[in-house]
Amino acid sequence: MEFNLKIWRQKNAKAKGHFETYHVSGIESDASFLEMLDILNEQLIREGADPVAVDRGCSSSGPVSFDHDCREGICGACSLYIDGRAHGPDEHITTCQLFMRHFKDGATITVEPFRSRAFPVIKDLVVDRTAYDKILQAGGFISVRTGAAQDANEILISHDTAEKSMDAASCIGCGACVATCRNGSAMLFVAARVSSLALLPQGKVEAKRRAEAMVAKMDELGFGNCTNTRACELECPKGVSVEHIARLNREFLKAHFSN
Amino acid sequence: MADTKLISKIPDGPLAEKWTRRKSEIHLVSPNNKRKLEIIVVGTGLGGSSAAASLGELGYNVKVFCISDSPRRAHSIAAQGGINAAKNYQNDNDSIYRLFYDTIKGGDYRSREANVYRLAEVSSAIIDQCVAQGIPFAREYGGYLANRSFGGVQVSRTFYARGQTGQQLLLGAYAALNRQIAAGTVKSYPRHEMLDLVVVDGQAKGIIARNLITGQLERFGAHAVIIATGGYGNAYFLSTNAMNSNGSAAMQCYRKGAYFANPCFAQIHPTCIPVHGEQQCKLTLMSESLRNDGRIWVPKKMEDVMKLRKHEIKPSQIPEEDRDYYLERRYPAFGNLVPRDVASRAAKERCDAGYGVNETGKAVFLDFSEAIQRLGHQRVAERYGNLFEMYEKITDSSPWEEPMMIYPAIHYTMGGIWVDYDLQTTVPGLYAIGEANFSDHGGNRLGASALMQGLADGYFVVPVTIGDYLSKKFAEPRTDVAIKEFDEAEKAVQARIDRLFAIKGKTPVDVLHKKLGNIMWEYVGMARTEEGLKKAIEEIKVLREEFYKDVCVPGTQYEFNQELEKALRLEDFFDIGELMAYDALNRRESCGGHFRLESQTEEGEAKRDDENFMYVAAWEYKGDGKEPELHKEPLKYEFIKVATRNYKD
Repeated sequence: MEFNLKIWRQKNAKAKGHFETYHVSGIESDASFLEMLDILNEQLIREGADPVAVDRGCSSSGPVSFDHDCREGICGACSLYIDGRAHGPDEHITTCQLFMRHFKDGATITVEPFRSRAFPVIKDLVVDRTAYDKILQAGGFISVRTGAAQDANEILISHDTAEKSMDAASCIGCGACVATCRNGSAMLFVAARVSSLALLPQGKVEAKRRAEAMVAKMDELGFGNCTNTRACELECPKGVSVEHIARLNREFLKAHFSN
Repeated sequence: MADTKLISKIPDGPLAEKWTRRKSEIHLVSPNNKRKLEIIVVGTGLGGSSAAASLGELGYNVKVFCISDSPRRAHSIAAQGGINAAKNYQNDNDSIYRLFYDTIKGGDYRSREANVYRLAEVSSAIIDQCVAQGIPFAREYGGYLANRSFGGVQVSRTFYARGQTGQQLLLGAYAALNRQIAAGTVKSYPRHEMLDLVVVDGQAKGIIARNLITGQLERFGAHAVIIATGGYGNAYFLSTNAMNSNGSAAMQCYRKGAYFANPCFAQIHPTCIPVHGEQQCKLTLMSESLRNDGRIWVPKKMEDVMKLRKHEIKPSQIPEEDRDYYLERRYPAFGNLVPRDVASRAAKERCDAGYGVNETGKAVFLDFSEAIQRLGHQRVAERYGNLFEMYEKITDSSPWEEPMMIYPAIHYTMGGIWVDYDLQTTVPGLYAIGEANFSDHGGNRLGASALMQGLADGYFVVPVTIGDYLSKKFAEPRTDVAIKEFDEAEKAVQARIDRLFAIKGKTPVDVLHKKLGNIMWEYVGMARTEEGLKKAIEEIKVLREEFYKDVCVPGTQYEFNQELEKALRLEDFFDIGELMAYDALNRRESCGGHFRLESQTEEGEAKRDDENFMYVAAWEYKGDGKEPELHKEPLKYEFIKVATRNYKD
């Protein structure tokens, strides 16, 4: 297969970015989107190393930088906005789980970084998501000391509660919800953590404080407000449901009224 | 001959009392002195995150480093199946002793009794800790924790959270870490890569790291350094490791005097999605938990194999009597749940005999049709739903309709930095935990034990044992990073980077890495011979020369530069590959994941040589281009009888 790729290039956080167009061919339909980018990069490196090609104006900006790691949909590193969709044109996947068989041969594909005020671009398609770490540092934990726990079976948790908590806990922190949201809200991300912990007896104790602290940090870091468009849920690679946002709101209101 | 540096520090006394004894001997550090002590933790997987969090909580000043944008991305996140613990919640006669015994036996009698026993001993506390952190482990309808089985054992002791156990455990450790970052005891340095260890007067005192965003080299001093950077499986290029997983930190320690133990012990996992083509850069693991209910087979008749390869028939059309469930046939007692090394070799044996079921001839079936019939769609979906989905996304074929195709791939490395019972390396003040050390899994790791070891080391072992070393250090001032040892280390790193940019060659790093991978898989893979290993050493030398002549590292140092990162890591993979080959050449026996064709039984099973090789091979760096020196730590089995591994009856 062959493709035309319109890719966002940006030297660093301060530089102005722009699109550049590249052509790749000989791509197997079973190749993943990121493998296709690997092939493009190999091509760009070879062209960049070739003075004749550089004179022709090829590849002046070198290989394309993009975040990736596990390539099996769980680490949350990959973060491309492809043809106007976070993680590209397929349901409930990360970018690394997108395969070229989903595209028409010869198609032009537009590739951008996840865009949000809270996720500044580091280079090309790589963004800074440390804002997510900061939100979790504000309260996304249960305050238990190492070695202080009682026997694991001492507190029973119903099968369905554990499953629901797990649904929320499956969030991989990729940022697709923020990139998709027209307000740049991180509500689904925050809600997933708050809800997953609040559902469990171990997490209930700090639930109100946690909700308040995380929401306050989210606001402080420049994420937008949630207006219930539910776009986040559709693009979430793990299908985390907006019902968790409702649970977050409940915890938040409880905290508000008890203060 | 006893080696002066290889003192394992195993406490005296009965096995079950050793850890308690050691803990009672260890000197404590008072809270006001802990505040004066600095610890560097490199890596934020299960080991690194849990260690950094626990040490911060104790009151030490901790700096934690990771190469990714967040500690949560470390590759522990990808572990699917579960974590073992000797809880005996199933009342199936499990015990600390049995978990210990299974691990020693599974490791083919090449791990240390005392370390493994401690691992089994603390396993229960790990589950307690994780549940208290809010990890949503699978539950039975009565609200109790659920378990499943893994390879090489006959009890159900594996705790799990769907097929995302590693993710949930890491998020727990990362949350504990976040709590300490918020409390100010831990400072986190994401997108920082360790490029050298700084040793002052023979003791580990800090690291040189590259800020991956600015490209600047930065110096960090401490009273002790903990390496938790995982394994080196990516020496093979194609593996189930994450793309950025690397063995560089371990190699830097090796070059600074830390011995490297049993490098040739690499685990080849039997259930990975087969290679699809030349453009592939990563192999995907399908969890071992699938072998609880999936049955592995190839056709009995060659004509069926041929038809399968030409897509003339579907696997489901082959009648039961024409299927060879070869694991059930060869190992009736354990069946599809034999250990990974045994299952991998058996798959290779069938494929080498011509029965591979895809176009490349390198695949076998993992079939769920019987399980779906027995358990029903819903229960199978609850257990494996996300794995089935993942398989279908990658291969475009549904395991609900046709069996999965699988083939062995490099997955984990049992070898690693040599450590004593305290997890301290041969460099005082330098510790290694988790997959980065060598100590617990011998020649082969059992499934669901990597998560157990990472968290055991990080939550319960190193936070205690490091106190013994630091109790003598609290009077020492903070390490001054302006001293000559830091100057020299930084200069050496700078020279390494300058050298790479000066090459100005034409070949991308990945192309050369693939070549290294081919050499490794061919000669240091599932079947090794003296001739092949010698060839590997030669070919790696030639390839390294090609690298220094023709590698292309575009861009500059002072920017976000992934090609530079990869080039630096590949330099270290050359050294690791070579070291693995030297070790494999020396170990003229078959043992665990290390299979020497010269050493097998008539039935083709691995043949150990306990008389000559019942030792840990610890390698000392002797300079670039020089052969490493072998030191031996004899393994003594006081509490169990060493036997031939038998999974047949």
